[in-house]
Formats: sequence, structure tokens, C-alpha cells
Amino acid sequence: MAKREKHAVTIYTRYERFWHWSQALLIFVLAFTGFGLHGTHDLLPFSQAVMLHTFAAIALILLWIFTTFWNFTTGNWRQFLPNTKGLFAVIRYYAWGILFGEDHPHKKTLRRKQNALQGLAYLTFMVLIGPALWLTGIIYLLYDLWNEIPGAADGLFVVAFLHTAAAFLMVTFVIIHIYMTTTGKTPLHYIKTMISGVERVELTEVERAYLAEEHPERLKE
Amino acid sequence: MCANKRLVDPAAWLLALLFPTLLILADAHAAAEIERGINEYADTSQSHLKSPDDPPAGVRVSSSTADHAEFKELQGPFSSGPEVTKACLGCHNEAGHQFMKGIHWTWEYQHPVTGQTLGKKHLVNNFCTNARGNEGMCAQCHAGYGWKDDSFDFSDQGNVDCLVCHDATGSYYRTPNSQGNAACSVMFEGKQPIDWAKVAQSVALPDRSNCGTCHFYGGGGDGVKHGDMDSSLKHPDKTLDVHMDAQGLNFSCTECHQGEGHQWSGSRYNMDAKDSEGTGKPGQRRQVATCESCHGDTPHPGNSLKAVKLNGHTDRVACQTCHIPTFARGGVATKTDWDWRTAGKLKDGEGFKLKEYTQGNGEHRATYKSIKGDFKYGENLKPSYAWFDGVMNYTTIDTKFDPQAGPVKINSFNGAYDNPASRIWPFKQMHTTQPYDKGNNTLVYMHLWGDDPDSFWGNYDFGRAIKVGMERNGKPYSGEHGFIDTVSYWPITHMVAPKEQALACAECHAKEGRLSELNGFYMPGRDGFGWLDIVGYMAVIGALLLALGHGVVRIVMCKKRVTEHCRDGE
Repeated sequence: MAKREKHAVTIYTRYERFWHWSQALLIFVLAFTGFGLHGTHDLLPFSQAVMLHTFAAIALILLWIFTTFWNFTTGNWRQFLPNTKGLFAVIRYYAWGILFGEDHPHKKTLRRKQNALQGLAYLTFMVLIGPALWLTGIIYLLYDLWNEIPGAADGLFVVAFLHTAAAFLMVTFVIIHIYMTTTGKTPLHYIKTMISGVERVELTEVERAYLAEEHPERLKE
Repeated sequence: MCANKRLVDPAAWLLALLFPTLLILADAHAAAEIERGINEYADTSQSHLKSPDDPPAGVRVSSSTADHAEFKELQGPFSSGPEVTKACLGCHNEAGHQFMKGIHWTWEYQHPVTGQTLGKKHLVNNFCTNARGNEGMCAQCHAGYGWKDDSFDFSDQGNVDCLVCHDATGSYYRTPNSQGNAACSVMFEGKQPIDWAKVAQSVALPDRSNCGTCHFYGGGGDGVKHGDMDSSLKHPDKTLDVHMDAQGLNFSCTECHQGEGHQWSGSRYNMDAKDSEGTGKPGQRRQVATCESCHGDTPHPGNSLKAVKLNGHTDRVACQTCHIPTFARGGVATKTDWDWRTAGKLKDGEGFKLKEYTQGNGEHRATYKSIKGDFKYGENLKPSYAWFDGVMNYTTIDTKFDPQAGPVKINSFNGAYDNPASRIWPFKQMHTTQPYDKGNNTLVYMHLWGDDPDSFWGNYDFGRAIKVGMERNGKPYSGEHGFIDTVSYWPITHMVAPKEQALACAECHAKEGRLSELNGFYMPGRDGFGWLDIVGYMAVIGALLLALGHGVVRIVMCKKRVTEHCRDGE
């Protein structure tokens, strides 16, 4: 095994951070307006909620299309490959170890920025919750194109039902996700990392040499 | 028409002095709005008079190629309506034949879908209940002269009343075709005699006052029946009706109720509840009264998301539903409830009325009349809403119903969310308790009007009025009457508000919104998902509690210095 050294490195590139934070903003807007339309709250006039919800949805879909493209061209998609190795260690850590000052079982590396549980959660987000929302959302949005098909009104019920179910999952995901950001070295550590993109990770000598040669700006120390 | 405001009549004062019972005076004083006499039509007889500030009837009038005042045929002298009609028909030799085919003449309508025979000649409503047999009074609104009983000749075009629709002076008026009971005998006191020649020379296309003479006063008074049609539409401002706005578009009725050959579109018996033809081909004149025939089926302009979303509604929601937020908005009230059971109370052996409702324009409306019973009124009313396919079914005089099965629907209609021909329409509901045949379970014809001992408006005897009403019209009657609750539905389509006042989305897209009564289909904002919502909210709350609990334990462990997570700054 190659010798590893900890270095402060930009692990989240500028695009990844843009993706993350714009996605966060859009999801917040969508959840707020969406649950307004659902009747959960009454803080926004219905017509404005429809406008905001629709435009935010279109923006998010565009962002996701572009990010999917980005993920595959940069090879970043590999970060999200399901990997059960160490999954139970991570679960045990969050349920127990973290309360007693144990070290996180996952060591962040450039090749694997996320732990197994995190990867699985994000994969669920990207291949299940997200698509469920945009698929049903687009069908919902285009209701006027299919509303003359017999049974369309019942179809709309199914579409809206699935959309709402996925929205509940999304909100649940976001709550847990936000809480998990406080579990770093300090409560704000992960947030700061997601803003600056810089994290101390173990680098192999090869990785260090590669970064020094090709991306010296990513190597902070 | 009938004597009115007898309290100010000197003769009434004299009478009161002759019977100097303090009781009478005290009574009159306590209820200042009690009026002796039973008639309510006097105020409406002035209704169609023109006022000096009347705007011109509409551009089409001024473009006429003929000045009727110059025609020697119209110089008179005339002494009656039929004489004028004869002069009219001398030139307009097809007009009479055209007109006599229409419902304004026949008062009869064969419904092409249900096959029912409808029209005022046959139907029972839940206002004064039946024109049938009471034509002496009711046929004041028949566009012909002299229909007072079965002897009226429907094939004689000389009986057509041209003037009621075409008089442009506003000085033409009609009186009942037969004498009513003595209690109603004082008619048209102080009315100017009609200057027949002047009226005949001043004919024009009908304006709102012409149609309004009858259609604003249906049900026995201003605004009583429809709720979206009353005398306030003679000079409406833009807020009351964008199209009829007297200072604006100033539409006459026929701008929308397109017609040809004295036949007009837009009868509520058979409505075009969903017009998918829209404006038709360029230049095509469609004989329909739909909004779409002018505005098309994508009436909200622009390519904005809002316009697209609104236009997405037009296939399921009638224009009227959003664009007529409330009806009876012009200061004139409409009747909403009527109880016939209390009719017939007398004060000192005389019928009377109580005027305890003051409507928006300041006029007092009768809340009780000896001849009719108790009423309730409403103004600025929210319609009720229902899926409607345009086809009205009627409970006719021949329909047997189950008196236990809830209110009898005078008219009902089909329509459902999964019926593509129907849309959500606004309605006025009229609730009445009225007489019915307890033995045969049918509605009844009452003999209300007449100068004879059997007429209800005079003897206040339901049993006798019903027996005679049924007998004279050849309908079976068991001999026993009761009272039954009825409801009728009046599609709301006038009093279109400016677009800024159209309903906001949340008027319907809300849990307790205007469409909360309509079932069977999903509507965003109105409907939840039952168990999914419960599970969903529980998941969200569960996640919050989990985070909170976990966080608290972490803070505690940190305070106990087991861990160091809680200290910020690296």
C-alpha cells in the first residue's frame, strides 16, 4: 500500500459546489412552494406558488441534465457507485461511535469522497427520488397535453400522488442531510468544506505528484 | 299596476280616521314598512322608462338606412298596439311569421335531447309556480296582445307585440290582459297614455331596457328570479358588467344573444355548456351566446406561463365560474328562499306586505306578502358550482316524485368530471316550499290570477286555487295538497366583472374553497392524499425528532467531555 499523507486539497471543484448550492436553493424553493400548493401552508398566493414552482422545476431539471452530463464526462459518476463495503461500520458509527468520540471509519480520499452510507443515500436521491419528482412533475406540468384522454382526471390523481410521495421523501432526505452536516470535526466543518471545497484528505504520493503537476491550485498545502 | 303605498293614499288616511282604533295606527307605526294591498308590480312598471342620461342603444342603431319617423304608414293615428303591429307587418311582411316560430311567442319548447315539452306554457317553477292558467297576469311578458285564456289565437300575426321589443322611447308599457281580483284592481294609476304614433316612429333594435322589461323582472319583481339579471343592468358601470358598461362597450343583449330571423341563441333550457368551436371561421357569424364565440377557447392572451395555465382551465371550467365572482351585485337583491305556507295572513281582513329588506340601492323589498308568503333575499352572492353539460331536465306537472327523497329539483342537469361535454358552472339556487299534490306526488298548477272567487290572489284558499288550477288545465288532482321543498338552478352568466376582479386561484384551489363540494376528481390545493399525507408528515416529523434527539445526546456527551464535536474552530 502506498504511503499516504494528509493534505488540504480542493476536493469539491467549483462546478460541484455550484451544483450543490444551486440545487439546494431550488429544492428549498420547490419544497416551500410545492407544499404551499399541496395546502400544507398558506404563506404564498396560489398563483405565485405555481409560477415559482414551475420555473424552479424547469431550472432544476436543466441543472440536473447538465450535471448528469458533467458527472459522466468527468468520471465523477464513479463516486456514486453503490459500495456496501464499510456500510455497517458507518451506520454503527453514527448510531453509537460518534457519541463516544470514536474516529469516523471512513477515510476520505480523492477516489472516494463519500462514505458508503452517504454514497447510498445520494444514489437514492439521484436515481429514485429525483427522477420520481421530475418525471411526475413534467407529466403534471403537461397535463393540458393529455387531459382529453379518457380517465385523464384519474391519471392526474396518480401523478400527483406519486409526486407528493416523492416530495415527502425529498424533504425527509434534506432534513437528515442537513443534520448530518453537523457531524464533522466541528458542527460547521462540513458546511465550510462544501463552501470552500477544501478538505484535509489522505493523498497517495502519486495523487500528490499528479495534483502538483496538473492542478497546483487544488493543492493547498 | 295594483294599488300601492296605500298608507300615503289620502283615502287610506280617511279610512283610518273612520276606524280610529289606536291599534291600527300603533301597528302601522311599529312596522312602518307594512303596506296594505297585495301588489308588488307597481314599482316595476316604471322600469323600462328611458332616462335623459341614457346612452345610445348601440352603434348598430345609428347605422340604420331608414328613418321610420318619415314613413307615411307610421304617421297614425293609432289607438292600440295591434294597429301599430298591422302597420309594421305591412312592410316587414315576414317578421310576424318569423316571430311566431320563436319561444317568445309560443312559450313552448321541445327539448331536442330530453324530448320534454318545456316553456312557460307548461312548466311549474318555484317562484309564482305557474303561468299556465294565470296568463291574464303572467302573459304581460308574452310578446303578444290579449292572451288571457285558451281562446288566444297563436296563429294570428296581428296579435304580435312589436313594440315591447322595438320601442326606443321607453314610454311604451303593457298592462295585464285580464282583470285580477278587486284587491289588485288599481292599475297604472297616473300613467301617461301611450303616444302610439311617436312610439311607432321611434322603433329600433332592442336595447337592454327592452329585453329587461321582462327578463329583469322574472319571478314577480326586480332581480327576483335570475340574480344575474336585474334593472341595475340598464345603466351598469364597468365593475358590474364589462360588456354592458353604459360608458364603455354598452352591449345590448343581442350582441351576445346572436340571432337570425327573430330567433335568438342562449336559452337556458338547452345551453352550450362547452363551446369547442370558438370564434368559428373568419367572418363566420355563429348563432350562439357563448363567451367562446367571441373570445375563443384560449381567451387569456400571451405566451406567459400564467396565460397557458389559465387557458388550460377553459376545457373544464366555464368562463363564468371565474369571471362572475358574485351575482346580484348591482344594488338589486335576488330572492333565495320562498315559503308559500305562510301566504294568506290578513290584517283587518286585508292582504298586506312587509318590507323588511333594504337592498343596496336603498329600495325596500317585501319579505312577506299575503299573496305569496315569506321571502329571503341576497346580494353579492357567491354562486354554487356544479358540473353541467348544458342539458336541463325538468320536473314537469306530469312528473311523479318521491316526497321523502329530499327537495324536489325543479330543474336538474347532467354533468360530471369524467364527462368531457361538461364544465364547472356557477348557479344560483332558489329554495322554495310550495304546494304539491299529496295524493299523486306531483307539482300543481295554482289558479292565482282572476276576478273570480276561485283565485288565490283574492281568496287565499290553496285548496280551491289548486283544484281549479288543475281542473281547468286537464291535470289529475287527488284533492289533497301539501307543501314540499323544492330547489331550482339558475345558470349564472351575466354581470361579468373586469378581469382584475376574476377569482384568484385560491378561491377554488383551497381546502375550503368554492369547489369543495365537487367530488370524485383531484384538484391541487383542495385535495390531500389521506394516508400518504399522514405517513409523509410522520416521516418528516420523525426525521426532525431523530435529528433533535441525536443532536441532544451528542451535545450532552460533548459537555461531559467524552467527545469534542461541540467546540467550533479547528
